[in-house]
Amino acid sequence: MTVPRRLKMAKGRMSVMRDKNGKPFVPEDVGVIQLIFKNLKMLGGLFIYNHKGEVLISRVYRDDIGRNAVDAFRVNVIHARQQVRSPVTNIARTSFFHIKRANIWVAAVTKQNVNASQVFEFLLKMLEVMSSYFGKISEENVKNNFVLIYELLDEILDFGYPQNTDTGVLKTFITQQGIKTASKEEQSQITSQVTGQIGWRREGIKYRRNELFLDVIEYVNLLMSPQGQVLSAHVAGKVVMKSYLSGMPECKFGINDKIVMDAKRGSSDETQRSGKTSIAIDDCQFHQCVKLSKFETEHSISFVPPDGEFELMRYRTTKDISLPFRVIPLVREVGRTKMEVKVVIKSNFKPSLLAQKIEVRIPTPLNTSGVQLICMKGKAKYKASENAIVWKIKRMGGMKESQISAEIELLQTDTKKKWTRPPISMNFEVPFAPSGFKVRYLKVFESKLNYSDHDVIKWVRYIGRSGLYETRC
Amino acid sequence: MTDSKYFTTTKKGEIFELKSELNSDKKEKKKEAVKKVIASMTVGKDVSALFPDVVNCMQTDNLELKKLVYLYLMNYAKSQPDMAIMAVNTFVKDCEDPNPLIRALAVRTMGCIRVDKITEYLCEPLRKCLKDEDPYVRKTAAICVAKLHDINASMVEDQGFLDQLKELLSDSNPMVVANAVASLTEINEASSSGQPLMELNAATMNKLLTALNECTEWGQVFILDALSQYSPKDEREAQSICERITPRLAHANAAVVLSAVKCLMKFMELMLADSEFVKNLTKKLAPPLVTLLSSEPEVQYVALRNINLIVQKRPELLKHEMKVFFVKYNDPIYVKLEKLDIMIRLASEANIVQVLSELKEYATEVDVDFVRKAVRAIGRCAIKVETSAERCVSTLLDLIQTKVNYVVQEAIVVIKDIFRKYPNKYESIISTLCENLDTLDEPEARASMIWIIGEYAERIDNADELLESFLEGFHDENTQVQLQLLTAIVKLFLKRPTDTQELVQQVLSLATQDSDNPDLRDRGFIYWRLLSTDPGAAKEVVLAEKPLIAEETDLIEPTLLDELICHIASLASVYHKPPSAFVEGRTGLRRALPKSSGGSEGESGGEQQQQQQQQPQQQQPTVIPNQDSLIPDLLNMDINPAPVVPAAQPAFTGGTLDLLGGGLDSLLGGGGGDIAPAAAPAAANNTTSAGLLGDIFGMASGGAAIYTPPKQVWLPANRGKGMEIHGTFARRGGVITMEMTLHNKAMQPISQFAIQLNKNSFGICPASPLHVPAPVAPNQSIDVSLTLATTGPVQRMDPLANLQVAIKNSVDVFYFATVMPMHIFFGEDGAMEKRVFLATWKDIPSQNEVQFSIENINMNVDGISNKLHSSNIFTIAKRNVEGQDMLYQSIKLTNGIWVLTELKVQPGNTTIVLSLKSRATDVAQGIFEAFDGILHC
Repeated sequence: MTVPRRLKMAKGRMSVMRDKNGKPFVPEDVGVIQLIFKNLKMLGGLFIYNHKGEVLISRVYRDDIGRNAVDAFRVNVIHARQQVRSPVTNIARTSFFHIKRANIWVAAVTKQNVNASQVFEFLLKMLEVMSSYFGKISEENVKNNFVLIYELLDEILDFGYPQNTDTGVLKTFITQQGIKTASKEEQSQITSQVTGQIGWRREGIKYRRNELFLDVIEYVNLLMSPQGQVLSAHVAGKVVMKSYLSGMPECKFGINDKIVMDAKRGSSDETQRSGKTSIAIDDCQFHQCVKLSKFETEHSISFVPPDGEFELMRYRTTKDISLPFRVIPLVREVGRTKMEVKVVIKSNFKPSLLAQKIEVRIPTPLNTSGVQLICMKGKAKYKASENAIVWKIKRMGGMKESQISAEIELLQTDTKKKWTRPPISMNFEVPFAPSGFKVRYLKVFESKLNYSDHDVIKWVRYIGRSGLYETRC
Repeated sequence: MTDSKYFTTTKKGEIFELKSELNSDKKEKKKEAVKKVIASMTVGKDVSALFPDVVNCMQTDNLELKKLVYLYLMNYAKSQPDMAIMAVNTFVKDCEDPNPLIRALAVRTMGCIRVDKITEYLCEPLRKCLKDEDPYVRKTAAICVAKLHDINASMVEDQGFLDQLKELLSDSNPMVVANAVASLTEINEASSSGQPLMELNAATMNKLLTALNECTEWGQVFILDALSQYSPKDEREAQSICERITPRLAHANAAVVLSAVKCLMKFMELMLADSEFVKNLTKKLAPPLVTLLSSEPEVQYVALRNINLIVQKRPELLKHEMKVFFVKYNDPIYVKLEKLDIMIRLASEANIVQVLSELKEYATEVDVDFVRKAVRAIGRCAIKVETSAERCVSTLLDLIQTKVNYVVQEAIVVIKDIFRKYPNKYESIISTLCENLDTLDEPEARASMIWIIGEYAERIDNADELLESFLEGFHDENTQVQLQLLTAIVKLFLKRPTDTQELVQQVLSLATQDSDNPDLRDRGFIYWRLLSTDPGAAKEVVLAEKPLIAEETDLIEPTLLDELICHIASLASVYHKPPSAFVEGRTGLRRALPKSSGGSEGESGGEQQQQQQQQPQQQQPTVIPNQDSLIPDLLNMDINPAPVVPAAQPAFTGGTLDLLGGGLDSLLGGGGGDIAPAAAPAAANNTTSAGLLGDIFGMASGGAAIYTPPKQVWLPANRGKGMEIHGTFARRGGVITMEMTLHNKAMQPISQFAIQLNKNSFGICPASPLHVPAPVAPNQSIDVSLTLATTGPVQRMDPLANLQVAIKNSVDVFYFATVMPMHIFFGEDGAMEKRVFLATWKDIPSQNEVQFSIENINMNVDGISNKLHSSNIFTIAKRNVEGQDMLYQSIKLTNGIWVLTELKVQPGNTTIVLSLKSRATDVAQGIFEAFDGILHC
């Protein structure tokens, strides 16, 4: 990051490197123009760039961040010769946190020792809020909504301190149609909600039919050795709730967590029947509506849910995971110009259940010239642009087996570089929770309105999906 | 409707066009125009010329337009301060608006307009908003106080905003509390005096812990970060706080989790390491840390950097979690590299098999850096886990067989380390290594290979040939390689002297005669002499047994690690550097982990408390009743920025400089600096008599006539609760005394005086207790003299002669600092022999010479010499060079430092030039001031 290097780079990109008066941007400014400085604690500014490094949004919160910071990031990160190898970059004593999503760079800037995890969490949250307002984060969408984005940035970040970022609440007073003119009651309702103890729910919600949906969605992650040994496996699960409930309902959620179940069962009933009835959860995290202190002491999950859809909890398990699929690879190199690959997949769950959207991705060497494929089931294709054979099966029952064989022809190359054999990855969806997670109950109490737990219509669904499901070959 | 069109207007005359649009009557058109202005501003065009026109649009009931105008104002107000004033009225009016959203918007924006003139108008509305009935306005106002403090710190203090802010800590709304905490924390750190404005006492703690359960995720982070700076008074309190923080570990927001981890890691230090509580807590800490690894890669990165610190501090915490750090194929490279680091730290006998097979896998990846690190990691595993060494070596051999250039080189570097750790165990592989000799092109790998050959020269038949092959291009090699080659050939010679004599001579001549590198030459000469004088000794030296290499490498130095633990989740923990390394200006207090008290010793108070712990033993003659009563004094000290106040504070904190960093140095400078220069003019009226005395007594005696500066006000009555202290220092007959006049301006008599001096540069301490004969009656003053010794504990102060004093009396304990005149340390034995003087003068390097000029001296050379002599500055020689008189003098300070001076006196010129030479140049300034004082008296 020496000055001469930056200057050199500047030469190559004159168009970008000129400032508003057409004078070439001199990187030393980054160090020179530093205003009176005090010990500040939070973010100094926030910028959004397109992939070319043009600024789409620039909001400065602190005096210690100048316009030159905008350029410094562009020159040293976006246009850097070597890809930047860390999401945190320090340029001339200024720290930049960046997130790149699709073609958009979001950078937060500070000169202080700020809470780094908070900055990234905030940036992610900000993107979430933005996409809930206008969909995909793309250059087009950012430009189209820049006024809205500025308005949001003003609201969710004050002097660099994150404020309420709950989408539901924000939408009550920041809209794409300009600010709603609200009555006095509405105004105070808004403000009490933004700051309130239950900041995620407004009062006075009414539904004719009280209904709730629970989706238990699990992502199975697996890393398996070619010999079929499980190197690491874990399930990252989440419980997504859609609640359409009137009033301010108190909910209580019960799951087959081992700790709770064991405590309940007591010592008398030690002789469990066969079959998994409870699971060991390694760790879980909750939406901010869940009373954490209560969970800590009584292990009960109670909360007042936000209206509509939200992620109630996330959890992780590593023990007794039933892996829905097993991938058995067989790779044989025949001479220097040919390779034979055989992959068998076995489904490993109840025959009555059906797995869907099965996709096996077999990487091929970069110098592949042609592939012949034979598969028993589904469709397989060699995708040269992705350097992979993609084998898709729409549906597959439990306890079945299927196979694909491929003959890969290789071009002769003189590059010594070895092909690194990336792992074979797999995608699927199964209608059960591979961790064994079960919802035991979800009780709803609303004391002020006259509906009881029995009147609420409840739906539960289990989905097991592949996370990173990889087998090395 | 899309807004992107605003980004594309780039035609000329745009500003003019915008101007007319802004002044349009149609609201829609106005809004469009403002949007265009903002878009231009975003891409970096200068639209400040439109300032008055945009501000004119401010008066509107359209909130969206208003927000846009405010945005513009925040950007440009500073460049147009006079115009910005135009906006004030609207702000003030908006702060009274019935709509809370508008009130908050106004107060929020106003704080962002950093124009001094506006700041004045900000106070009234802000005060109102801090008491607003609507929590949304209050929470915005709380942050606004921090904004104001950033612009004008004294205004915040004068206007009582701090108290209002503190009141908000008890607000019923959790978000208001959280923002007040954020604001106070920031003001705290920015406060130049480093005084805690927010006292974290048990009651505040309770409020914060309650708010923690209720506020937003971000608020929880503010609160947890503030809590982490609290020092619980005992283990029990620490435990109860930990219990209330632990539930946060289950929060979905990684920032909340990491901040909670920070608090817990810090408070755990206060507990006994093997207590049940700590064991339980460590068990609870592991799962959430692991879960952080399933978040977005950027958050993962921060988490991994922190985990790296945590496993160094508490290796047992994650020892069973190795698997989660296995690298995934699609992880971004920065995550991969960090995971690898942690894998090595966690590697142990129990998991080494798995780790190794993983590492082997990684070594075949594409990313060069990652592969290298993986190969290196294999070597580190071998060193760390002895039982795995063999397996590691064979893995490395496999990798060498791949012939991938950088893999081979990296492998050879680590194999060298393995040989060091397990000598004479794996040399069978040397032949394989030698096969790759030609491909090595990196210095480190070449040097390693040469080292191996030299070390095992007796078992490699063609060692001489191999080494000789390197010798050809000796001068093109990197220094590292050259040095290694030299040593290796000498080793070879010592082991096989018969047929390698020629080789060793060749290398010695290359190293000593043909090289410009001093290191290489020196080493060459040493070997040469050793070999030619005593080959037996050479053998003992060169082939000596080598010390073992450490098992763990890249460990962070423990004090830094402790500091970084206090900064978990922050940038410092990401960079693995203390904040001072990347944050400009003063960084406030350096954080240190609290120490476990282990027993019942009570600890209370803030950060200072910890720093005081080592103090009691060192200050035996204590005047301070006990620790507990002292702390409130320190904390409640007057906030008014009297110069001495901050200086007093460190008087009782041990290791002041290390702990408080640069911040206090300059403060002390400010406090003490006032006193020294004032001494000179006040001394003027003494001039005649003292000058005469000097002439009369001449060289007669050293003791009596030593210059004593007049008394200064050390402690004004308003700060001393009625006690005023004037004082000075004197040296009589080789004894240093502190002369004080205690004046009682209070209504009651004052008694029970005692004094204590903080550690200082010259080890000044009271030789006897302070003796004040009787209570000092109201309006009475009394002169006391305290004999001082120079045998006390020494600690460098800045300025050097700074002295921090605590005086206790029946009313209270008072602290102040003063600068001692340097000449009281001039010893009577300071006359140096002429010859020695000459040699010493030559011996001290010229960069140690400092020059000053002293003005308004109306004396001849003899007068000067006599006068200085009476203050123990001894003239050694006198010369006259080209009409200038030169005086050479020597001084010896009580701590044994010699100072040599040269005075240049030109007849007819009242300015004389003083050149100082000493091995310790720090004293120069003080000596100069002493000369200045003595010569002017």
